[in-house]
Order: sequence, then structure tokens, then C-alpha cells
Amino acid sequence: MVGIHNVVRSRRRAALTAAALGVASVLLALTGCSSGGSTGSSNGSYGFPEAKQDTSSRITVWVDADRQAAVKAFEKDNPETKIKVVTYDGSANGSNSFKTKMQLFDRAGSGWPDVVFSSQNTDAAWASQKTAGKQAFAAVLDKGLVPKTILDGFAEGALNPCTVEGQVYCLRNDLAQAVLWYNKSLMDKFGYTLPTTWEDYQALGEKVAKEHPGYIVGTAGDAWTPEVFMWGSKCQANDITGPRTVTVNTDTTECKRAATLLDTLRENGTVPVVSVFTPEFVKKYTGKVLMMPGPAWYAGAIFNNPQSLNVPAGQLGVAAPLPWNGEDKAVTGNVGGGTWFISSHSKNLKAAEKFVQYVTTADAYQVELAPGYPAYAEAAQKWVAKQDASKYYATPLQPIVTAASQIWDGWGYGIFSQEAIWAKTITPGVTAGKTIVDMLPAWQQAIENQAKVDGYTVK
Amino acid sequence: MALAPVSDRLAADATSRRRPVRPQGRAPGRVPIGYLFVSLYTLLALAFGILPAVYAVFLAFTKVDGGFAGFDNFVKVVTDFRFVPAVLHVTFYLVIWLIMLVVFVVVLALIVHAVKVRWAGTALRFVYYLPGALAGASSVLLWLFVLDPTASPVSGLLRLMGMNSFVQVIQPGNLPAIFAIIAFWTGAGGWIVIMYGALNNVSSDVIEAARIDGANAVQIALRIQLPMLRKWIAYMGVMSLAAGTQLFVEPQLLSQASNAVVPNDYSVNQLAYQYAFQQNDFNGAAAISLILLLVALLLSWVFVTRGGLFEKE
Repeated sequence: MVGIHNVVRSRRRAALTAAALGVASVLLALTGCSSGGSTGSSNGSYGFPEAKQDTSSRITVWVDADRQAAVKAFEKDNPETKIKVVTYDGSANGSNSFKTKMQLFDRAGSGWPDVVFSSQNTDAAWASQKTAGKQAFAAVLDKGLVPKTILDGFAEGALNPCTVEGQVYCLRNDLAQAVLWYNKSLMDKFGYTLPTTWEDYQALGEKVAKEHPGYIVGTAGDAWTPEVFMWGSKCQANDITGPRTVTVNTDTTECKRAATLLDTLRENGTVPVVSVFTPEFVKKYTGKVLMMPGPAWYAGAIFNNPQSLNVPAGQLGVAAPLPWNGEDKAVTGNVGGGTWFISSHSKNLKAAEKFVQYVTTADAYQVELAPGYPAYAEAAQKWVAKQDASKYYATPLQPIVTAASQIWDGWGYGIFSQEAIWAKTITPGVTAGKTIVDMLPAWQQAIENQAKVDGYTVK
Repeated sequence: MALAPVSDRLAADATSRRRPVRPQGRAPGRVPIGYLFVSLYTLLALAFGILPAVYAVFLAFTKVDGGFAGFDNFVKVVTDFRFVPAVLHVTFYLVIWLIMLVVFVVVLALIVHAVKVRWAGTALRFVYYLPGALAGASSVLLWLFVLDPTASPVSGLLRLMGMNSFVQVIQPGNLPAIFAIIAFWTGAGGWIVIMYGALNNVSSDVIEAARIDGANAVQIALRIQLPMLRKWIAYMGVMSLAAGTQLFVEPQLLSQASNAVVPNDYSVNQLAYQYAFQQNDFNGAAAISLILLLVALLLSWVFVTRGGLFEKE
């Protein structure tokens, strides 16, 4: 009988919020600190209250599994700087570990890591803000902590997700601009020419459905579908106009044309609602991907990956983002791209800055080891040259470089996740047979609701 | 020293005979070991049960800056657009799960108890108990495979029901049933063993008498065994209700596994978690926790009184 009690109780006890609150209260009691949150703070020279500095102290660095290579590269080149590495889930899939832990440290008044890597572009929105009277987690980087020459070296617009009210709170690790990936060998075999507008793309999709059923021209099963198609169509679903203001308007031609395109190609099976990271996708579509609009990191994560599509060398081509008919300039969306934060509570800001500068700019990591397109322009050039030299791609990678500066700035980086809203609102609806065009008002309502509970004023 | 009257001494003797184990009757020098046994439990219950609950009450009635908030936090969370759906989700899940649990556990326990072949009965109890050995998050991870038609060992069955992809399986309408099945699978085995033990306590004389009176197995189950199991069923109800209202692990893991297609604010407990850690609003989270506590207490009270859990034989 003792067993069943344990089984029934322990299943959910761990999850009880009350327990979390309890831990927080115990931490509060232990530290004897119930106010402030900054450790021995005084107004520092970098534009935020600094902790007492100790340049010989060890820094704690939080990274996801993929960024361990960056830490190793740094340690090799800088053996005199002592680092403690903590691997965490990097906020993947909106698990919010980063935010959750920092809020508990805020309440406890100690425990913050010195450097954190995050894969969510929504993090600067909260990390830059004081919450409940507690000092903002992220250190201001452009008031002297990081040299201006380094900040200026990032690609145009690369630091937008890190910039809140004109101040920079993080450094970008890599960019995730969406481009048009395609299989050059298949396109040549079928006798198709590359589309030059989204309308062309849709027409080609309809042609593929008739002439080569089973082949696909994209996917719409992932949470970042709106960031590829809606963002790239200038749909004003996420126009963050201030730290706590957002404009949401999905009742526009821009939103409707992208939704119609998706609906058409979804219905004829050329843009299936299947996530690229499912076994189903690999099983059904290996060798069947004719085109796929998506972020730069698709190259390594999906195409040139033996666990995924495993496209052989010499087949994968890349084209610049597509414009819509009548628009002279194409814009594109952005799907992630990691960011590095320095804690404003750090006792060794110098070492933390040295680390963050290294992992974002040094060739030893960004060019030699990094799987994604570097945000630091100089490293990006070398990275592209290295990729071109690998002879893997069927076409030059220049379109990726072009796309880096084409990310539409009408879609911002708020505190709430557009991906999560899309996933829970649109994906089940589509699966149940509704069209995205019909669901645009529901999408608008869901964004507004979420924005409001996060304290945003919706216009 | 004057002796007490005989009548008084007799009365005192009678009293001590009737109540032989009063604390005063303890032999001198004996350690009150009972207190030692409960002390650790009491300390842990205080640290991780009572104190957090008191802290939650404090938080629920205060503002972020510490001032008295009255019922503002409660009004805020109840009017949140996510609150009513979350309550409905948990309610649907509870209704399905509790009915499933009571019906199947009792029926299966009766069947196991009726099996007279010794090895078969033991084997059945073992088989029923086995899924419960895989508890908590690990069982949900296992279920993620079962629910994905591309990886599931029962993919044929899923396809028969018209579900060809993971997203089709985890459609909002299916979720209460899915969570109920997961919870049943991992929890029912233990309860079957408990019910089996309770059935063993039903006097064989009573069963024998019923049999002589001409009752068949079904009549014995319905007229004798079931009424005598009432307390145990109520006990199962209370325990399961407390666990069920706290639904968290299943939707949380499914939310992560489905890249947020299952919302991360599906259950009331998840909503409290969102308040605390997404919105940094511990006061709102505490208010939700208290509402949850009150509802669980109220429903438990119904089970306890209707099930006669504290009635003496």
C-alpha cells in the first residue's frame, strides 16, 4: 500500500507549483535576502548596477549541447580563463528553462550564471526588463562592455532580436534567415525553372501535384511556418512597436495571400503539414523534396544530415528569398538563430565579455566548427567560402548572404512565442480540415489574447 | 496516608481495566518512540506541504510589491482567457479517468479474485501491476511512441481509427481520453492489487453463506463484495482526484514533444506554472494553486462523506 501512495503522489508532486513556490520560499529564507536581487550593487560604468568585480573568479557558462564545441574552442585558446560549464536544454521548444531558472535566482538573490546561450529570440524582451522590482538579468552590452568595433562587425540587422529600446542586450551567435532551398538535380530532371516570385512558386507547386505527385515544394508542419511564409509576406501579425506594445493585423492582403498559397499547396499535397523533425517526414520525403523555403540552418540540420534527408553532394541549390508580384524587393523571415547573454549580476564581467566575444567572432569556432551561418559578418564571409569550397552545394551560397540583410523589420521580437500560438491555434485546425484563410481571425484573436496576458498593449 | 473508600478504589480499578493503555500508564523510562517515527514526516510535511501552502495563501492575497491585494489576484486569474478552457480540460479528463478507474479496477480485481488457479491469479496480478512500475515522466515518454502512428507498435489500430499522423492523434478533442488512458495504465495496477487485498478481507463465511443461499458469482459481487469495497473505492477516488486535479506532467511533455501543438497552458496546474515562470507573476500562480486546493478539498469531502471513509465498523 505504501507503494501505491508513492506511485500516485510522486507522479505529480514534482510538478506542483506549490512545491516550486516552497523551494523559492526556502531559498529566500536561506539566503536571508528578500529585496533587491543585485549583489552589492553600485551603478557601474557600463550602464547597469554592477556586482563587486573579481577578475580572477571563475565564470559559469550555460550552453545547449550543440554549443559545447564553442566552449571547448574557447578553453583551448584561453586556458587562463576558468570556466564552469552547465549544459541545459537551451530553451528548445519553448520549455522556458532559461527564464524559469533566472526568476528563481532573482527570488533567491543569488545563483545566476555569468553567460547564457539561448536559442529563442524572445529572450531579450524579458531579460532586458526589470521585473517585480528585480534588476534585469541581461547586461547592457553597447555602453562600453563590448567594444563598438565588435558590435559594428555584426551583419546588418543581426542584433535586432537583441535590441530593446535602442540598447543591445545580447550578441547573436548565428542567423536564421529564410531562403529557398531546392534540389537542382531534380529540377533539371523534371525540366522546371526556378520560380522568381511567390506566385510562380505556387504555380509550380500546382504543376508538381499533377505531374509528379509525391514530390513536395515545402512543409507547413512546424511551429515556424508563420515565420517562413507569413513573415516573408509582410503579414503584420507580430509588429512589436515598443517594449510592451504590439500591432496585430491579420486581415490584410499580405496575410491572406500567404495563407491562400499555403492552403492551395497543402490541399494538393505539395506542402504537407508534417514537421521536418519527425520520422514520418524522413520516411516519406527522402529524395522527394523539390524545393523548400526555410532557414539557413536547414542545410546542416535537414539536407546534409545522414539522420534526415541526407541529400548527396552536388544536388542542393539555394536561391534568394522570393518577392511577391508587383513588389520590387523581396523580404524574408527569420527562424531562430542563437543569442549569447552576459549576466548583469556577473562578478567577472571582463571574463564573461571575453568569452562571449570569442564564441561569436573567433574563426576557431564560428568558421571552423559552427554548423549555422555566423552572425558576425567577417566570420560569415569565411564560413560561406568554406562551405562553397566543400563542393557540397550545387550552387554558390551568395543568396544566403543576400538574405541576411533582407529580414523584414515589421515582425519583431516580443516576449511571447508566435511559434507556440501558431502551433496550438492553426496546426490542429488545419489537421481537422479547416483552411488557414478561414482561421486568420482566430489566429489574430489568439495573438491578442496572449499579448494581453503578457502585459502588452495591442493596437 | 488515609485509604480511599472501597467504592472509589473499585471504580478506579474498573477504569484502568477498561482503558489499559493510557499514556500515563506507560512504564517509567520508556522512550515515546512513536513521536520519533512521525517526527521526520512532520518536519518534511511542514517544510514542503504546510509552509508552501501558507506562503501561497500569503502570495495570493498580496500584490507584487507586497501590499494587500484582496481578491484581485483571484479575479485576474479567473477572468484570464485560458482559465475556463483549462478547468474544462481537467474536468473532462477527470470524469473519463475516474469512471474508467473505478469501473475497470473493481471489475478486474473481482475477476482476479475469482480466479481459483493459484499461478494464474499471481500472474494476472503481476501483469496488471507491471505498467505501474513505469511511472511519471518515463511512462509519458513511452506513450509518445505509442501515440505516433509512424513509430507505434499499434499503428494499425491508430490508422483504423483514421489517425495517420501524430498531430491527428493529439487533436484537442482526443486529449482528455489520451491523458485518461495514460493515467489509467500507469496507476490502475497498484489499485487492483489493493482492491484484491480488500476482497481478501471479506469474510469467507459471508461468501459461503451467500453461496448456500443460492447466489451466483455476479450476485455475490454485486450484493456482497461491492458494498464491502465501498470504503476502498472512496479511498481510491480521493487519492486519484487529488492526483488528477494536478494534471501536469502528461500535457507538459506532450506539449514539448509536439512542438507546442498541445498547448503549454492545457491544465490548471500548467496555467499556474505559466503565471509563475512565463509571466513572473507568483501572486497569480498562488491564487490558481489555492483555487485548485479548495476544489480538491471540496470534492474529497464529498467522496469521504459519501464513501463512509471514516466510519467505524
